[in-house]
Amino acid sequence: MARTLAEATRRVLGSRRRGTRSPAVAPSAGAGDAALVADLEVAIGADRVRADAAARYLASRDASIYREGNAGPVCYPDSTADVVACVQVATRHGRAVSPRGAGTGLAGGAAPLGQPVVLSMTRMDKLTEIDLDNGVAWVQPGIVNLDLTRALAPHGVHYAPDPSSQAACTIGGNVANNSGGPHCLAYGVTSAHVLAVEVVLSDASVVTLGDLTAEPAGYDLRGAFVGSEGMCGIATAVAVRLTPNPPAVRTMLLCFDNVSDAAATVSAIIAAGIVPAAIEMMDQRCVTAVEDFAQAGYPKDAAAVLLVEVDGAAGGVAIAGERIADIARRNQAISVRTAADDDERARLWKGRKSAFGAVANVMPDYYLHDTVVPRTRLVEVLESIYEIVDRHDLLVLNVFHAGDGNLHPILAYDSRVPGADERVHAAGREIIEMSLDMGGALTGEHGIGVEKREYMSRMFSAVDLDQQARLRASFDPHCRMNPGKVLPSAHSCSDIGALRASDAAGVWG
Amino acid sequence: MTEFDEALRGFAAEVGSDGPVCVRGGGTRWSLGGEPAPGIREVAAPAGIVAFEPAEMTARVRAGTPVTELHEELAAAGQRTALPERAGGTVGGALMAGESSVARLGLGLVRDALLQVRYVCADGRIASGGAGTVKNVSGFDLCRLLVGSLGTLGLVGEALVRTVPVGEVERWVRLPGADPGAVRSCLTAASVLWDGIDVWAFLSGYGVDVDEDLSRLAGLAAEPPTDVDGPPDLPPHRWSCTPEQAASFRAGNGAGGRFVAEIGVGVVHASEPQPARPVDPGVAELNRRFKERFDPTGRLNPGRDPLRKP
Repeated sequence: MARTLAEATRRVLGSRRRGTRSPAVAPSAGAGDAALVADLEVAIGADRVRADAAARYLASRDASIYREGNAGPVCYPDSTADVVACVQVATRHGRAVSPRGAGTGLAGGAAPLGQPVVLSMTRMDKLTEIDLDNGVAWVQPGIVNLDLTRALAPHGVHYAPDPSSQAACTIGGNVANNSGGPHCLAYGVTSAHVLAVEVVLSDASVVTLGDLTAEPAGYDLRGAFVGSEGMCGIATAVAVRLTPNPPAVRTMLLCFDNVSDAAATVSAIIAAGIVPAAIEMMDQRCVTAVEDFAQAGYPKDAAAVLLVEVDGAAGGVAIAGERIADIARRNQAISVRTAADDDERARLWKGRKSAFGAVANVMPDYYLHDTVVPRTRLVEVLESIYEIVDRHDLLVLNVFHAGDGNLHPILAYDSRVPGADERVHAAGREIIEMSLDMGGALTGEHGIGVEKREYMSRMFSAVDLDQQARLRASFDPHCRMNPGKVLPSAHSCSDIGALRASDAAGVWG
Repeated sequence: MTEFDEALRGFAAEVGSDGPVCVRGGGTRWSLGGEPAPGIREVAAPAGIVAFEPAEMTARVRAGTPVTELHEELAAAGQRTALPERAGGTVGGALMAGESSVARLGLGLVRDALLQVRYVCADGRIASGGAGTVKNVSGFDLCRLLVGSLGTLGLVGEALVRTVPVGEVERWVRLPGADPGAVRSCLTAASVLWDGIDVWAFLSGYGVDVDEDLSRLAGLAAEPPTDVDGPPDLPPHRWSCTPEQAASFRAGNGAGGRFVAEIGVGVVHASEPQPARPVDPGVAELNRRFKERFDPTGRLNPGRDPLRKP
């Protein structure tokens, strides 16, 4: 699939640029980088710098379909001091720096532009300290999200944000993207779970943003940093909030014979003052794909299913569970099932979490979107999505965080079919624009990266974007950290300068 | 992108693009981070609830609206916000002070409550940060930057805030001689306050859960829990500590007199002001850069500095 997606992207995303330069199929070998590489090797050790084509190729992409990333030398720091040293060397050579976690991002945020020095943070993967008295753990940025939660399990606590990629994605990447996940409905996204971050800034200084006190003095710089997609500095240590494991959990599968009843149920649950830990929705095509793939026990004849989880104290969980069941029945649910034990609960969640893998059985390629709409407008939004997708003669599978209105329509297609890529791209654009017209947002948890950069002007005014650019420039006045992301080109002049400077040095190859 | 309403445009016109200006809300935290320089022109943000959508669990409100007025409107639908209620305190003031309610364990933090903000920039134009939805990561997080900024980066005119459900049962109880850590472990405890001897707890949730916690608590305290109207009188000075420091506040803190510590949070209300906390030079430099970038002429609320917040 990777190859067909790469080809698709070259055709789809590369088309606008073909006139100016050919898209980078693979990064150049970077022959002009010998002095830079030598200095990096002196700084952190020859065994932790790679400049070969294979390493650069792998570091040039993330899990998005964007394929024009172009990495310079790739460094594997072991410590904050190593990161400082790499930033110093890069600056001396006039090069930008792009940090990188596991590369699971879906918006191109980790795709390096202009051959920056890439810092792969995966060796800094330690859980440094568990501080139960303060309800916090210090971790290095390369630790994998699920590894952290597993390491915390003996203490009866966990790290709440649980992106679908949690078995692979890193906390550093989660901080960069302000990542979410199904359970963020009740618990909040990454920003609510980061108390402090140690950051290496673009001038190679090290600062700690936030602290463990209730109300740190000064501007909320940790809040400004989380979600900044690597453009404000490099996180080298993160203090994450520990969430006590709930004593009671109830997981329910609610099935409906039309999508509207399912969406109405979501609104009614929220309106009733119940805030479940998660409300996930899947439409029939998704249910069928998942059931064929993972045998989670979803009824394939349902037009839509809701996976609802409530947690907390036992009494309230039972009451909320009953009320949700009543609401579902009042909204014509065809079945209401409660997981009887942990095994059944795990099976229901396995279905949800394997949705993206299951798409492979439907079509060879897919393009995953991530927009947010007011959660009271789900019915009309879903009808719009079906209409758009039908008109472009495509398939869509809907699986998403219904409780907070965070859509994830999966456009499944076969890029070998002539014109399919163009239709996917056109339908995607319409879905984004429709979401904004409904009062929505460009992205709920995947970030802007490069994928949605040019849509930012559709959501924000020139004044808004100017204010965002000031936030970024306060951290990184010379736009040397992960340049070229998030802000549309008209609002990141310095970024373009940085990229052109690289260009002038011949690093585009 | 939305057209800004008349009230917001009027506020922007009043702020203008020139000359020092400070904004007055309810004045409840007026000296926080320093007194405004004397003789400065004062402006006030517009007031009024623009829209409350219970099924969305959001409320759009103008910054000059008293928090209590907002909460009265929300209470009809069984909701409220994380913003603290102070007599006369406004939504804008609560956001700019950034201090969370004593019930933050249940209500959440002020910094997590602001979903979208419309504010007047130093140049007099109106900017919008965040989104009209309950979840959003589009671009840089201006909402969190502004919360707690004391109006030194922009003057808030309108906010979209997240609401939370009011518990079915809510009770303040006093627990003489109870172990505050044990009270903190109650799931319905939205606030646990400790004065070194007694504990006050605000329990909020389903009746069955509150009752169960109460019966647990009855076994913990020297005397049975008694219902009280609310939290104890809070001493005037606010300390920001770690939860661990707050839980052991008596020992070695150097502050004389009465105190009330927020257990599980770290805020301590004390009779004496908190000694100045050392500020890392790198953090101070970043704060300076933010102020310079957002307000190059230093016209917004001169005299105030969030680094000087206790």
